[in-house]
Amino acid sequence: MKKVLILLAHPKYEHSVVTQTLVNAVSNLENVEIRDLYELYPDFNIDVQTEQETLIMADIIIWQHPVYWYSAPPLLKQWIDLVLEFGWAYGPGGVFLKGKYILNAVSSGGAKDAYSKEGKHGFTIKEFFLPFYQTAKLCNMTYLPPFQVNGTHKIINEELKSVGETYRRLLIFLRDSTSISEEIISMDSLNQLSI
Amino acid sequence: MEDSFLFQAIIYLAAAIICVPIAKKLGMGSVLGYLLAGIIIGPYVLEFIGEEGEDIMHFAEFGVVMMLFLIGLELEPAKLWQMRAMITRIGLSQVLLTTVAFFGIMVGFGFSWQVSLAVSMSLSLSSTAIVLQSLKEKNQLDSAAGKNSFAVLLMQDIAVIPMLAIIPLLVVAGEALSSDHHGSPVEQFAGWIQTLFVIGAVGLVVLLGRYAFVPILRIIARTRLRELFVASALLIVVGIAFLMELVGLSPALGTFLAGVVLANSEFKHELESDLDPFKGLLLGLFFIAVGASINFGLIGENAGLIISITLGILLIKTLILIGIGKYARLSLDQNLIFSIDLSQVGEFSFVTYSFASQLQILDKPTTEMLMAITAISMTVTPLLILLNEKLILPRVGTLEKEEKEADTVEEKHSVIIVGFSHFGSTIGRFLRANGVKATILDNDSDRVDLLRKMGFKVYYGDATRADLLEAAGAHDAKILISAIDSPETNYLLVEMVKKHFPNLEMMIRAKNRVDAFELMEMDVPNIYREHLDTSIRLGKEVLTKLGFRSHTVHRLGQSFLKYDESALSELVKVKHDQKEYISAVRRQIEMQEALLSSELHRKFTLNDHAWDSEVMKGK
Repeated sequence: MKKVLILLAHPKYEHSVVTQTLVNAVSNLENVEIRDLYELYPDFNIDVQTEQETLIMADIIIWQHPVYWYSAPPLLKQWIDLVLEFGWAYGPGGVFLKGKYILNAVSSGGAKDAYSKEGKHGFTIKEFFLPFYQTAKLCNMTYLPPFQVNGTHKIINEELKSVGETYRRLLIFLRDSTSISEEIISMDSLNQLSI
Repeated sequence: MEDSFLFQAIIYLAAAIICVPIAKKLGMGSVLGYLLAGIIIGPYVLEFIGEEGEDIMHFAEFGVVMMLFLIGLELEPAKLWQMRAMITRIGLSQVLLTTVAFFGIMVGFGFSWQVSLAVSMSLSLSSTAIVLQSLKEKNQLDSAAGKNSFAVLLMQDIAVIPMLAIIPLLVVAGEALSSDHHGSPVEQFAGWIQTLFVIGAVGLVVLLGRYAFVPILRIIARTRLRELFVASALLIVVGIAFLMELVGLSPALGTFLAGVVLANSEFKHELESDLDPFKGLLLGLFFIAVGASINFGLIGENAGLIISITLGILLIKTLILIGIGKYARLSLDQNLIFSIDLSQVGEFSFVTYSFASQLQILDKPTTEMLMAITAISMTVTPLLILLNEKLILPRVGTLEKEEKEADTVEEKHSVIIVGFSHFGSTIGRFLRANGVKATILDNDSDRVDLLRKMGFKVYYGDATRADLLEAAGAHDAKILISAIDSPETNYLLVEMVKKHFPNLEMMIRAKNRVDAFELMEMDVPNIYREHLDTSIRLGKEVLTKLGFRSHTVHRLGQSFLKYDESALSELVKVKHDQKEYISAVRRQIEMQEALLSSELHRKFTLNDHAWDSEVMKGK
């Protein structure tokens, strides 16, 4: 059983029904740890050492956050800036993340169609997240396709429930699988996975 | 055997150790405990001590002298200067009005005017020892009542000087001068020379305080012999007291003056902590002696007369004080505290009586009777204060809790704030601005009234009382915030809450590192040093003004705050090696030392690699 670490970054978690649903769906899973970054570091003063120690223990890392301006909330960028240190995460001696899997689990207000070549935003989420992809690559990690909850502005109760359930199944799948195939890695989003 | 010194010491100490805790437990304050101890071991109950009680009283009066020295130390000259108007207006009117009233009454009863004047002046004095001790115990020194009481007591101490000067004149005016009185040696000189002596002595005390004591203490401190420092502190106090007696001034006043002069010196705290135990013991002894000197034989014979005179005196003094309190615009509560606290006749009166009786202005039976009256009035004062607190104050003025209409439902708040001065009020306002209502406890009646008008839910009284906290809803509340200024009260509060409300989470304001240290040892998890954030904030702005970038400074401040808190908890762990008592001041210095030396080895800025490309460039 692999260890899953969720790095949750939502500046107004108490107002986000979708994020709460996702968190609640996975919070009691064995070997899944959730670190609520905005709760831990309201002052952006990230404890680099503690973060690195938790990262070492994890096999699968999830950046869970809402999509803000085609990217993540600022604290997650701060986290990347500070924690993924030169000589620790990358560069000479930067071997501590080698072989781990990492993905973004995101919620977006806009609908799925809007994130496409023809849609309003012109690109898919995966395309927008190129910086995350390359960050993972530089740290010798495998970047998995994002898990997405789209159209959160108009989501209804039943949908919410099933979204939480899908997320939970995904985490169990990732946690319990011995290896993750190239096919999965090349998907557009992990939502395409039938589990 | 009963005459042996050790046996005597055992009697006094045992009586104090047994009676005082009982009295405190019953909520009566330590003064009453000592007085009762004195009565019990005195000639009329257990007969352990007899006539020597009065000698002991003279010896123990020195406790009062020391107390005023310590009070002087607390009071910087600038602060005293600020109080000048209060001291002259409130204090002087008390002394004059009371003297005039008693003088009139006594002349009315047919006493000669000399006797009347000597007695009425003595009766106008109150007991510094009792009043200050009880105000301090109840944390009321900073309230309006406390400040006014202090002003009156200070004026009375000053007034003792002219009184002691006037009393001999009464003899000249009356009968022939008695040949063998033991006044001060300077009295053989003419009046104007005496005045010169007095001015000279006061000047000498100020000069010594300014220019001699501090250098001498510095030399002594360098020897690093603690007992030598204690000895010098005692020498200063005893020496000044002696000098004052020599010129016929009140020794208490002289040492008070010396205290004020030394209040700005670096030895202030050291002197305080060294002399405090002596003061406490001597004052205790003094109260025991007062208790023991009450002549129950005499009182038994003239019970009705003495009791009615005592009550009359207490009543008249209280009424005059209430009038003065009204004039000083004290609210009803504060006025009652003020006037009842000061209603007794004081320990200096013993001095004036014996002086007047040596000069044969007063005959022996009158003197004895006056002594008995004074002692009784002092004994009943703690009782009166207690009655006032338990029976009268809860009914008039600021009530412990606000009276509600019968049909309003008692709201339950999950936060209780104890203490609502500048610290607590900021917390309370912040919480209220964000929709969190808190129940407030405060022991300043004026502030309580104001807050109630502003719609806060406020309880009035001593927060270390379990029943008051209970009434404020401590059982249902989640968090208790203590914003109290006095560390000692905080410790009491913590103990009490732990015992009675174990589920209440405490968040405690600490004065400084030493105080935080004590609280950590009491296992309080949430401790907030009142200056910490502000000093770091100021330090950050200094760095900014020196050209550091704001965001870097911001991060440096954050990490320093974290470091400082964790360093303190490290220090707490090692402390158990030292078993002996170390004074708070020593402790503060040792901590500073430890922190400063560890900071020298630690380069804060170098620890921060964030956004730093220097390392990468090197590769």
